[in-house]
Amino acid sequence: MFGAGQRAARRPAAAGAAPAAHADPPAVRMRGVVKSYGGREAVRGIDLTVAQGETFAFLGPNGAGKTTTIRMLCTLAAPSAGSIEIAGHDTRTAPRQVRRSLGLVFQETTLDPELTAEENLRFHADLYALPAAGLGGRIDAMLGLVGLRERRNSLVRTFSGGMQRRLEIARGLMHRPRLLFLDEPTIGLDPQTRAQVWTHLAEIRRREGTTVFLTTHYLDEAEQCDRIAIIDEGRIVAEGSPDALKAVIGSDRVQLRTDDDEAAAALLRARFGLEPAVADDGITVRVADGARLVPAVCAGLDVAVYEVVVSRPSLDDVFLHFTGRDIRDDRTGAGGLS
Amino acid sequence: MTATSVGPAPSAAPEPGRFAAEWRAGVMVWRREMIHFLRNRTGMAVSLLQPLLFLYILGIGLSRMFSGPGSSSDYMVFLFPGVLVMAAQAPAISVGASIVWDRESGFLREMLVAPVRRSTLLVGKCLGGATVAACQGGVVLASAGLTGIPYRLGMFAELLAELVLASLAMTVMGAVVAVRTRRVRTFHTVLTVLTAPLVFLSGLMFPVSAMPAWMAAVTVVNPLTYAVDAMRRSVLSHYDAPAGSRLFDPVRWGGHAVPPLLSVALVAAFCAVVVAAASRAFSRTE
Ligand SMILES: Nc1ncnc2c1ncn2[C@@H]1O[C@H](COP(=O)(O)OP(=O)(O)O)[C@@H](O)[C@H]1O
Ligand SMILES: [Mg+2]
Repeated sequence: MFGAGQRAARRPAAAGAAPAAHADPPAVRMRGVVKSYGGREAVRGIDLTVAQGETFAFLGPNGAGKTTTIRMLCTLAAPSAGSIEIAGHDTRTAPRQVRRSLGLVFQETTLDPELTAEENLRFHADLYALPAAGLGGRIDAMLGLVGLRERRNSLVRTFSGGMQRRLEIARGLMHRPRLLFLDEPTIGLDPQTRAQVWTHLAEIRRREGTTVFLTTHYLDEAEQCDRIAIIDEGRIVAEGSPDALKAVIGSDRVQLRTDDDEAAAALLRARFGLEPAVADDGITVRVADGARLVPAVCAGLDVAVYEVVVSRPSLDDVFLHFTGRDIRDDRTGAGGLS
Repeated sequence: MTATSVGPAPSAAPEPGRFAAEWRAGVMVWRREMIHFLRNRTGMAVSLLQPLLFLYILGIGLSRMFSGPGSSSDYMVFLFPGVLVMAAQAPAISVGASIVWDRESGFLREMLVAPVRRSTLLVGKCLGGATVAACQGGVVLASAGLTGIPYRLGMFAELLAELVLASLAMTVMGAVVAVRTRRVRTFHTVLTVLTAPLVFLSGLMFPVSAMPAWMAAVTVVNPLTYAVDAMRRSVLSHYDAPAGSRLFDPVRWGGHAVPPLLSVALVAAFCAVVVAAASRAFSRTE
């Protein structure tokens, strides 16, 4: 589907500053992690460090290897090669400590629908052997955090998808993990509920200081994170803060509507050395710093300017740049596990 | 209260004692089985109906055909331990189904990523199933008087203990299949195919002594044979069986009657071996 040249050109881009040196071990450290299923490689060599306290997004289309990576990080699957450390504990040699230090929200629900919300949390407390003292308060606080205090005695079976997801987040935090993994936490939710989940996640970061590692194929969600790794076909193709990644694209998009677009375009070419594209709805130019261009253009063009719109590069542009594809195209295709 | 329980700096909970943690997780798994059982009253009633119908309709009907020397309630007494096992069978096997269902529905993952051993989860599950099964069997046991078995405390305690063991044996059989199965339907198919011969070739409905040699040979390797036999010995210690009846012949190894305690030990050993095998398989999957 794409030229070999383009594929060969894909390399992890070192955009953005490396995570700050910390006295504590990083929340996640992956080195050369590979996972193959019967000869097919789902994950093809991932090196990744996530600092404590960060909110980190794994952005990639369906079948990219996000869930497979999460499964290895949480000790449910063993890597075929490479090593993983969670908060300094190796997933192979110290799975118990690893499990103790992380909370999980899987892509599919893992609640018991025949139990009440509170019972689900109590059972979680038993599984993690949380001290009985203060448990009632913790349950109450976690239910309050995700706005489910009033439904504590309802069977989970009667919950909507969004409520179930919020309860799972509350449960994942019950044992105060240093690190919370969320695999596509908002998949299948309506936009309003998605926004709600994000509000709760922000609240969690503020109140619990938990490192959050999430996977998503929604660009607007990745945008809200401190750092992003773009994963495609089992490899990380770019990594950095949203701004740093966008800076790789380099240019803003400036759209102009003028009295005479052809004349304005000619002037932009002659006086500013730009490459404007003229269409029915106006002129588009790409420049490194769009905001600076605006006053210059208004002063320097002899044509009346009606409207100027400057857009920073979006993550769509970033994704397209690094994978050669639009992430939205993969929503229905791919055919892999979603 | 929120202010104290939600501190700004999260710290992973302190590592509790290893054994205490496993124990608590095991009890949780056990309790969850109990809750599911108690919340499913209809299922409970329906699965009780079958053994009771079996005992009081089929049993009474068949007892006319077996009327040898002695009273016609002999066959009912003979059948009684088998019906206890049958009453426990459905709930015992449904534990296996619930393992598969937990996998399908996702809750299994919640347990698998917890910092506990998988064998703990499995043992909790099996003991939960055995408890439910023994409760169901216990209801049938309470109706013993209707068959002519006298109510004696010692005998009932013995029967109940043997019933728990028999329930456990059937539960672990379900579990060992369940840990290798991904679909509930597959599980039910496999289990139906497995349990029918186990039940019929256990001397549960007709005595081993009346079977042709090849059939009797199969009963010797069937754990249910020993569970049923041990219960039957317990009943016979308080019931006067007619002298000439073949119904109450004990299980024999080459002409020697197997002592009831050995039967119990064999069933217990079977449970231990199968649970270990299931735990091993369970630890390797996923
Ligand atoms: N258990 C498995 N057996 C075989 N192939 C698998 C298994 N799990 C995932 N895969 C394959 O690995 C690739 C990555 O899948 P996954 O990690 O689920 O992607 P994502 O979560 O990013 O959508 C897919 O091609 C998928 O078909
Ligand atoms: Mg996935």
